Amino acid sequence: MDDNKEGMDSQQGGVDRRTMLKMGLGAAGGALIAGAPGLVLAADKAPVGNYPAGVSGDSVFVGLTLDLTGPYSAEGADEQKGYELAIEQLNAGAPEIQKISPLTKKGILGKTVKYGVIDAETKPNSAVQAATRFIHENKAMMISGSVSSAVAIALQKVCDREKTIYLAAISGSNETTGVDCQRYGFRLCYFAYSAAKAISPVLAKSMGKNRKAVYLVPDYTYGHTTYDSMKEFTEKEGWKTVGQQVHPLGAKDYSSYLINIANSGADTLVVIDYGADAANSIKQAKQFGILDKMSLVVPYMAPFLGEELGPEIIQGVYGATGFWWTLQDKYPIAKDFVTAFEKKFKQKPHDSAYIAYLNTALWADAIERAGTFYPPDVIKSYEKGQKRQGPVGEVWFRPEDHQGVINFPIVRGKKPADMKDKSDLFDIVAVVDGAAVVPPVGHFGCKLGSYV
Amino acid sequence: MSLFLSQLFNGLATGLLLALISTGLTIIYGTLGVVNFAHGALFVVGAYAGFTAYGLTNSFLIAIVVGALVALVIGLFIERGVVRLYYGRPPEDQILVTFGIGIVLVEIVRGIYGGVSLSVPTPTWGTGIVHIGSLIYPLYRLEALAISAGTLIALYFVLYRTSLGLIVRAGIEDSLMVNILGINVKRIFLLVFGIGAMAAGYAGVIDSPIVTLAPDMGFRVLVDSFVVVVIGGVGSFPGAIVGGIIAGEILSLTSMFDPAYSDVMLFVVMALVLIFRPQGIMGQEGRE
Repeated sequence: MDDNKEGMDSQQGGVDRRTMLKMGLGAAGGALIAGAPGLVLAADKAPVGNYPAGVSGDSVFVGLTLDLTGPYSAEGADEQKGYELAIEQLNAGAPEIQKISPLTKKGILGKTVKYGVIDAETKPNSAVQAATRFIHENKAMMISGSVSSAVAIALQKVCDREKTIYLAAISGSNETTGVDCQRYGFRLCYFAYSAAKAISPVLAKSMGKNRKAVYLVPDYTYGHTTYDSMKEFTEKEGWKTVGQQVHPLGAKDYSSYLINIANSGADTLVVIDYGADAANSIKQAKQFGILDKMSLVVPYMAPFLGEELGPEIIQGVYGATGFWWTLQDKYPIAKDFVTAFEKKFKQKPHDSAYIAYLNTALWADAIERAGTFYPPDVIKSYEKGQKRQGPVGEVWFRPEDHQGVINFPIVRGKKPADMKDKSDLFDIVAVVDGAAVVPPVGHFGCKLGSYV
Repeated sequence: MSLFLSQLFNGLATGLLLALISTGLTIIYGTLGVVNFAHGALFVVGAYAGFTAYGLTNSFLIAIVVGALVALVIGLFIERGVVRLYYGRPPEDQILVTFGIGIVLVEIVRGIYGGVSLSVPTPTWGTGIVHIGSLIYPLYRLEALAISAGTLIALYFVLYRTSLGLIVRAGIEDSLMVNILGINVKRIFLLVFGIGAMAAGYAGVIDSPIVTLAPDMGFRVLVDSFVVVVIGGVGSFPGAIVGGIIAGEILSLTSMFDPAYSDVMLFVVMALVLIFRPQGIMGQEGRE
């Protein structure tokens, strides 16, 4: 596969001595102003993870563990494009990236960003092997990528042990920044709790308060925590939960679950599945006539689903999602991102590319603000909770559990007659204020570990 | 009670589809002694070839023919190019090489079609819902049940009622003797591998209006058809049918009580069969 693809040969391969001197002075100056004398003598720091070996040259390596095969492969491939665009813009010092990370010049702290890609196969074991290779063989300073929460949580653990920063891309489980949170792990995207809290009032308002819901749940951490959160927040709105059908991840045939659902007495089907699982189960639900009798809700929606199922099925369906490209009409930075992405890849970005892109930009920003790649300082820089402007408005990380606070849209599938073209699949019903829907600090039992 | 009957019926429908998918695997093993780990990939190839043909011609029948033929041709190439060299080698060699072929095929499919799931529309003669008592069932699934049953019967006749079938079965028992009788066993082997591959591709097209197509769909198919074949008896054609129906019923009925355990139960039953009847329910005792 794409093992170790050395991307982005930079135009500015070597940093000349004068730039080095300037940078050194800049870093020293910055440190003095910050009043942290320890930072001046960076060489005095004991090695942590791949620091300083990973940044001794003129480049820094990023390891991307992407789910390029398995039920979430469409999202994994989209993520790769998001990282590639961000890294290209970083290395070029593009103005688009500077709107998100104002301190960025060219590269990160003058170093060219290089990257490698390994397929994590939507399997925690493969992902952990890939990350370990990146950390040991390539001296990676950052690992990123995930669609499955099982993968994200496994990667986060191994990266914490290796003292290497890990940025989850997509991970919907409550546990990623809950009980399984790690000092070296950060999650930018919205997740089960925030999605459920945001979408439930919208559902109650548009569909009514006395609904009886039945759930289709994939049998792993993401499925179970999303079910719990949806149950909690829809019941607060007056909905009843009449049952749940748990199935293995990557199931192909849903007929037996669908017969149970048809007999459940529910009037609303909530599909918690994601990726190919969601496409399969919803297509089959339509064939069983279930969607003619029940309303469909996909609380954690992948925009790919609209394309996979087509507007006939997806029309009128509500879902929370990370990003939809028509946000560009409202947000200039989103327009920058969509335009650059379309220019490079001749297609619209999905939420997976968006979160990969923004993660990379904010990582660069955290390092630029820290003035060093020394991991504990980069983490502390993240933990300052500095607010930045992302494609969907203000974005920052919470220091207590490293959960990103980020706005996200709630979408509704358009009627085929209302679509301007093939990619015009969703209306944006609302843009959720991320700060209003994150759980209270400590709600899911996060205890961060040590810095070194 | 009506729910139980519904699930019982659904078990039969999914079971026969599983049986159809598993036949190619069991025919190839029974005849050639090769455990074909590329079976799931051939299923995928057939489904995607059918998808393309369906899109171009708008005829699902042509899609079935194209899907089966593409899988047949690829099967013939695989047999001549690679698998032929592995007859008589230890099973682990055969597993590794066929597994590798499977990965290559899936990656080619991914390269051509990308990773996004594709949806094959139900043919016009299969759209709609049928009411059977209190059970609501998609018409196409009923038709798939009939197609699976019909195909299995036809295959049974070929294998047990024709001289080709006789030669194939004799070749399984004693290929040297068949050779001495003046029959080109190598050509028969090629044919059998081709038929097995074709069965996988054919099943892929039949299954495609029910599921969405993704390059990885073959993995699940491979696991399921192995379970079916192990329960029914490795290499036994009637075993594939019995195993398929048992597997379908387990998946369907357990989902009534605790859906989370339907997959687990499948493997529990497989383990029980292996403990009490290692050769499988319809397998012959003492066969190599």
